[in-house]
Amino acid sequence: MSDVAGQQHPIGIYLKIWVLLFVLSTLSYLVDYFQLEGFLRWTLILIFMFLKAGFIVAIFMHLTWERLALKMTLLLPVIAIIVLIALMAIEGEYVNVTRFQFFDR
Amino acid sequence: MSESKSSYSAPGLEGVVDDWSADKQAFDMPWGKLMMWIFLLSDTFIFSIFLTGYMNVRMSATEAWPNPSEVFALEIAGVHLPLLLIAIMTFVLITSSGTMAMAVNYAYRGDRRRTVMFMALTALLGASFVGMQAFEWTKLIVEEGVRPWSNPMGASQFGSTFFMITGFHGMHVTAGVIYLSIVARKVGRGDYERKGYAIVEITGLYWHFVDLVWVFIFAFFYLW
Repeated sequence: MSDVAGQQHPIGIYLKIWVLLFVLSTLSYLVDYFQLEGFLRWTLILIFMFLKAGFIVAIFMHLTWERLALKMTLLLPVIAIIVLIALMAIEGEYVNVTRFQFFDR
Repeated sequence: MSESKSSYSAPGLEGVVDDWSADKQAFDMPWGKLMMWIFLLSDTFIFSIFLTGYMNVRMSATEAWPNPSEVFALEIAGVHLPLLLIAIMTFVLITSSGTMAMAVNYAYRGDRRRTVMFMALTALLGASFVGMQAFEWTKLIVEEGVRPWSNPMGASQFGSTFFMITGFHGMHVTAGVIYLSIVARKVGRGDYERKGYAIVEITGLYWHFVDLVWVFIFAFFYLW
């Protein structure tokens, strides 16, 4: 495999994403700084988090320019994680309820 | 390799079928890069399991969860700043990801001097991240009295999840700094002149992943 086949892109795109990540991090820090609460806080945290994660994977890790075969290999298994999160959320809620019902602490 | 290149040109789903069924390697990349991706996928599962465990334990805790915004606040010149150190750590790690991307770019351009320079800068930023984390842990253990089994602020599970998740991430950063230093030294010596510079991209993948994990830890542990 020759090195010419590697990922080569203009420097400008990295600098733009870098600045963007800075802005997004600042915004998510401000969510805490202004002590936003409840649903608004959680939505904003998640939006900024997914945007940051997306840009890192897509641009810095070059996944946008990879072939679909690799994208599928990496992204489809994440479904299993989502299922795990859903199951554990249900179970956590259940344990919490039982603790209050039977242990009074 | 030029004529085999064209067999990887079909786009979309058709291309996936083509890549898997044709008499050629399924993934058009150096094996080291594919192996790094597979490793990172498995690492994704490890960190996901840690964070899911943390979620489960926090949801089921009956005592109040300590407010991370207050626990990690800093007092600088009499001004109370919530989460300041963590924000600085976040910016340091993002900056190191940016410098790493530059290193990969210069490596493929064949600019060895700049590649080594940016990789060294990345390693340096990573090391400073670990330093700040050591400071954070010390403050938490010595001043706030947080232990893996108890803490004075609330739910005792706070300590165990915190030390496990940030500890495992810190270990990844430390390993990354060592990895970067070794590869940077070899790039500087010209060891890859004949093999090509895919190794810098592979190292970069690992480093960006460490940054990626921090994005999730920052959101779920410190901000939630």
